[in-house]
Amino acid sequence: MAAPLLQVRNLRVEFPTRRGTLVALDDVSFDISPGEVLGVVGESGAGKSMTGAAIIGLLEPPGRIARGEILFDGKRIDNLRYEQMRRLRGKEIGAIFQDPLTTLNPLYTVGRQLVETITTHLPVNPAEARKRAIGWLEMVGIPAAAQRIDSYPHEFSGGMRQRVVIALALCAEPRLIVADEPTTALDVSIQAQVIALLKTLAREKGTAMMLVTHDMGVIAETADRVAVMYAGRVAEIGPVREVVKHANHPYSVGLMGSIPPLDRRVERLAQIDGSMPRLSAIPQGCAYNPRCPQVFDKCRQLRPDLIDAGTTRAACWLYDTEMARG
Amino acid sequence: MADAPPMFEARDLARHFDVSRPFLQRLITREGKRTLRAVDGISFSIPKGSTLSLVGESGCGKSTVARLSVGLYGPTAGSVIFDGRDLSEARGLADQRRRMQMIFQDPYASLNPRWRVADIIAEPIRAFGLMTSRAEQQDRVAELLTQVGLSPLDRVKFPHEFSGGQRQRISIARALSSNPEFLVCDEPTSALDVSVQAQILNLMKELQQRLGLTFLFISHNLAVVRQVSDRIGVMYLGRLAELAPAETLFRTPRHPYTRALMEAIPDLEMTGRERIPVGGEVPSPITPPSGCAFHPRCPLANDRCVRERPELKPAGEAMVACHAVEEGRDDAMPMPAIARRAA
Repeated sequence: MAAPLLQVRNLRVEFPTRRGTLVALDDVSFDISPGEVLGVVGESGAGKSMTGAAIIGLLEPPGRIARGEILFDGKRIDNLRYEQMRRLRGKEIGAIFQDPLTTLNPLYTVGRQLVETITTHLPVNPAEARKRAIGWLEMVGIPAAAQRIDSYPHEFSGGMRQRVVIALALCAEPRLIVADEPTTALDVSIQAQVIALLKTLAREKGTAMMLVTHDMGVIAETADRVAVMYAGRVAEIGPVREVVKHANHPYSVGLMGSIPPLDRRVERLAQIDGSMPRLSAIPQGCAYNPRCPQVFDKCRQLRPDLIDAGTTRAACWLYDTEMARG
Repeated sequence: MADAPPMFEARDLARHFDVSRPFLQRLITREGKRTLRAVDGISFSIPKGSTLSLVGESGCGKSTVARLSVGLYGPTAGSVIFDGRDLSEARGLADQRRRMQMIFQDPYASLNPRWRVADIIAEPIRAFGLMTSRAEQQDRVAELLTQVGLSPLDRVKFPHEFSGGQRQRISIARALSSNPEFLVCDEPTSALDVSVQAQILNLMKELQQRLGLTFLFISHNLAVVRQVSDRIGVMYLGRLAELAPAETLFRTPRHPYTRALMEAIPDLEMTGRERIPVGGEVPSPITPPSGCAFHPRCPLANDRCVRERPELKPAGEAMVACHAVEEGRDDAMPMPAIARRAA
């Protein structure tokens, strides 16, 4: 296996507020290798997008990285200055966000935005950049790209616009892509096209990808490995097949169980009672303990780290072999 | 059940919107008027106590049908029959209006942020003058809150104090407060996380059984629809492509669009497998393709599909609007993997 391109080590993100410090991410660690797609799933507020934002250096103030480090290609990037990070972003790390309309500048043509990005990051002249821009638009499946390049973002439909955003994220040929809900705003038929495109890229160009989404179906077909997040922590991480079909952490089990199956009708869906805690009221011990059907004493007192659970790694005391259950 | 008169019926229902530019601009640019045919002649009925779902991609007109069904829009053509009475007539009668309620998609937008939960839930009770005494109303609100899985103590809180799933429970409590028999749910769970979605779907099923409710359920999510529906209508560009009992639709989808849609959905069994995307995009309903609206994306399309618009016709247990199915040419398109697995 190739050396990881991205390494996140014990990342902790805090938001200082008047009422005290909120810990949005705590002790988050994972790697992504070249050509690998890591899916990050969880409910809203679990810290999925926050993790992506921390990696590309776009945490909303007053959020800040309080502990841990992020390494890109072996070098720390979490402590870079704004200007240095800006150069890295776009060139080495591309970002795709959920809403294609807010990512594109409505006042400039799509072509101008692509050309600007290419000339900023690559040593090419504007004419060559334009040629490449058209190439990227074709690559993401925009018909008549040579004509459409001079259109404004509002002249594209939602699915087409998201492809433009993807072209924009790819045109400087980054080695890592952070995609935050890239298909959530799209219809299923368009979604399938976009996912197929992202998969091809990872496979053919060796681009590493962090794919943040709440859609488990998208993860199941795209990701190589999955990290399940809960209340700002990684609850479980492992190969996609194992996490989806044979999850070990009770939260992952509940989450997968609550997805309505497409191939049969069930009388009653499995549900996780209650809701995720607010950041200001994360319970002591394991954050999931008040909702966990398998909770025992230790869970209420001590926070579990990721433990080897056979096929995956799960932050759950059930897999702690040192401790016999009482 | 088939013999009982349906609770709800749509007959050749259509709703067009005028989306022309302003008059002067039209005059200068010599443009004609433009009409968006959001719903263009659809018919279906829902028996008492059952659930009919409409699925389709954005822009297919499913939300417009929802709004037509409760009279938030008036139809351009055709009619809505509610319990044997035309809706235009029934809307005039408070007692009829009380019997139908709607649950909206976005629980952040559909609750007044400045009202307390008790006032939100009691609004239909007051609007219809169902209970006059304050104490009676309070009891009813407490009962409704319990029914949807919240605490009666929550009635003094404001919407912002609740999570998305809890807010949707409040919307459901509000909808139930006038003792309706017919509920129109427009994407009630699509703004929610999956674990919360499961809670809400379970709650809706329980309430249906307990209160004998009739549902018109609008969703873009086929997996959700499979869990709640007795019958399913697949919409494409303002028309019904296929209308079938839920199990029939999933076991033997007939219309090429239904098959393509099923093939396009990612699901958990799919790890590592390619899904086959439907080519192209949903065309604009302002300038729909000629003939069958799906023909530019359909692998089975021929000359007739370009020329002639197919009508909904019986095909086995289903009703399908497709020339290829009618002519028996649909074997050329394979069944989606999901249907093959279920069969």
